[in-house]
Order: sequence, then C-alpha cells, then structure tokens
Amino acid sequence: MASLDDLKKRIASVKSTQKITKAMKMVAAAKLRRAQESAEKGRPYSEKMNNVILNLSNGISDKENAPKLLSGTGQEKTHLCVVMTSDRGLCGGFNSNIIKKAKSYFAKILDEGKELKIITVGSKGNDQLKRVYGDKIIENISFKESKNANYFDADKVGKMVIEKFEAGEFDVCTIFYNQFKNVITQIPQAQQIIPLNNEEEENSSEESYEFEPDEDEILSNLLPKNISTQIFKAMLENSASEQGSRMSAMDNATRNAGEMVDKLTIEYNRSRQAAITKELIEIISGAESL
Amino acid sequence: MSEEFKVEIVNPEKSFLVKDDVSEVVVPAFEGEMGILKDHISIISFLKPGIIKILSKSGDENYYVEDGIVEFKNNNLSILTSTIFNLADMDKSKQQDLLKQAEEEANKTDINDQSKYLADQKVEVLKTLN
Repeated sequence: MASLDDLKKRIASVKSTQKITKAMKMVAAAKLRRAQESAEKGRPYSEKMNNVILNLSNGISDKENAPKLLSGTGQEKTHLCVVMTSDRGLCGGFNSNIIKKAKSYFAKILDEGKELKIITVGSKGNDQLKRVYGDKIIENISFKESKNANYFDADKVGKMVIEKFEAGEFDVCTIFYNQFKNVITQIPQAQQIIPLNNEEEENSSEESYEFEPDEDEILSNLLPKNISTQIFKAMLENSASEQGSRMSAMDNATRNAGEMVDKLTIEYNRSRQAAITKELIEIISGAESL
Repeated sequence: MSEEFKVEIVNPEKSFLVKDDVSEVVVPAFEGEMGILKDHISIISFLKPGIIKILSKSGDENYYVEDGIVEFKNNNLSILTSTIFNLADMDKSKQQDLLKQAEEEANKTDINDQSKYLADQKVEVLKTLN
C-alpha cells in the first residue's frame, strides 16, 4: 500500500489536472459558441451558391462542352484527397474520426489500382497520416496563425486545388471534414467537390433565367469560387466540431479526475485510520505487558 | 401597388444585409452597370469591381464590391460576394490600402488578361471614390 505521503501527492496532482481540464472545457465552450455562430452564418452563402450552380447546370445547353470542373476529366485515375483536421490535440476522437474515414477511403482507392494524392490541412492530420501514407502527401497546409477560420485561408486552399486540377494532376477531388451536428455528435464527411456531384434531385422549378454573359462564362467563373466556398464551409464546420469535441472530451476528463480524487481520498483516509489504530494497539499492548 | 422588392447580400462569413423595401438596385455587372427594378426578368450575372447602389425609401446606400454573383428571381435579389464594404464606413486610409493593393496587383506582369482587367477596374473605381 502506498504511503500516506504518496497518496497526498497523487491527490494534489490529480486535482491540478482537473483544474486544467476544467479550464480547457470552459475555453472550448466559449470558442464553440463563436464557431457555431459563424458556421451557421456561413450556411446561407454556400446554400445560395449551390442553388445558383444547380440552376446554371440545369440550364446549360451543351453538356459535352461543359467546364471540366463540373463534368470531370472523363476518367478517374488519380484521386486527390484533402483531409482537414485541427492543429491542436486534446479534442477527443475528433481527428482520429476523420483519419479513420479517410484511411478507409484511401484503402478502397488503392485497392482499385488508382493513384492517390493527399493534401493535409492542419498539422494533426499530417502527423497521423505521414507514417503510413507519407509518400502520398503532396502538400501540407496549416493555419496555426489564424485564430478563426476565414475565407481568405479557404480561398488559398481552393486556388491551390484548382491550379493542380488545371495542371492535370488529378481527376477527382474529395474533401474530408467533420460535420457539426451537436456538441456530442460530429459526423466525419467525405464530400466530392471535383467533378461536382449533382446528386440532389433535379429541382422542378423550370424557371428560365436570363444569363449575362452566357452560361458557360458564368459557370467557368463560378465553379472555382464554389470550390473555395465548399472548403470554407468545411473549415467552419470543422472548427465548430473541434471545439465541441474538445468540450465533451474535457468534460469527461474533468469528471474522471473527480472520481479519481474521491477514490484516492477514501484510500487516504482508510490508511490514515489504519495507522492510528495500529499505533493505539501498540500503546495498549505495551501498557498491558507492564 | 408597391414598387419594392427584397435584396439580400451574403458574404462567406455571414448574411451581410437584408432589406425588403428597396425600389432600385444598380449593380456593376460584368458587361456594364445594370439597374434592377421590381418584376425584372429572372437573371444570373456576375460582378466586376464597382459600386452597388441601393435605393430605398429609408435612404440610399452605396457598397464597394470586388467580385460576386447576382441572382434575381421572384422579386428577390441575392448578391453573393466575398469582398464588400459599406462606403459610409470606409474611411480614407482603408480606401488607400485597397487602392495600393489593387495597384500592386495591376502592375504585376505575370497575370492573365482577365485578372489584369479586373485589377485595373479596381484601381479605377477606387480612384473615383476620392
């Protein structure tokens, strides 16, 4: 059994750990509110963007000559995966969930004999992926300096992706991120952004639009913007998810630390009492022998 | 019959402006300025750098934009843009900053014609603000 002194020290150390996790939880909660707000505020933009593109692609007359960003290159040999993770740890299963999702996708692609290229956004994802897929990672971006997800950063990633697409470096692009559902649940998502997946049912509003200039020109202007917008949306969802995940992880940690302190305190009291009883027995039996 | 319609400006971060008593909006569309009144035909177009003028009963407002898309449908005008500033909030130094950026961009030699044209537009518009 540990000595009284050891127990005391352990109780103190668990208590200070608890204080740290509690503080982290508070910080995450405050940040979460902000991140959630901006994720919600960002939704109208990406929704509207989607709508416009949907309308446009419905209205496009010449499907064969549609921009490549919309219809694809006609083959799917090389896949580019943009894996978006956080720059910081201690956020529960947040990063591992994305990585797990991404890895199963990677395995599928490699099984099919296709080529794989990876861009990691956020250092944690890079750390976890470089062990297995180090040779596949072509780019690693991290936005440690920027406090909040902002459009400027997303645009940088978007432009890079488009540049590589135009250089013919890949045919299909998928982004991986966590969709924020609520504080406890975040759903890892794989979203294909190039070519654009128009799986949504054709909306029946056969509204005819006037286009100025013509559809093709608008589309070729709009599609690159849409890429950045989708990446930005992913970043916003991700940052809300990260804070949510961290909050619940830290909440758990605080509770576990509390339980541990209780357990250790009971053990401490027991052994203190045992020591006193032992001393008493020694004194009494000493007195009796006289 | 009222001659008013609804306008909504969204940027990636948030819904920037919603107004439903607008009588006329002038947007700097890619092929020239375009005035939109109530019951305009459904239209999609994109913007070049310029000034959006919003005319309404409660007063006129002017916004500087660098790019964006306009969509008009069922008397709803949506403007999606990534860079927008209210001219009323824009002071001289901010304006100068933007102008400097735009000039730098316009003076680059390794850009294609379209971005060159857009950058020139920016410079021009920002200069007229002074």
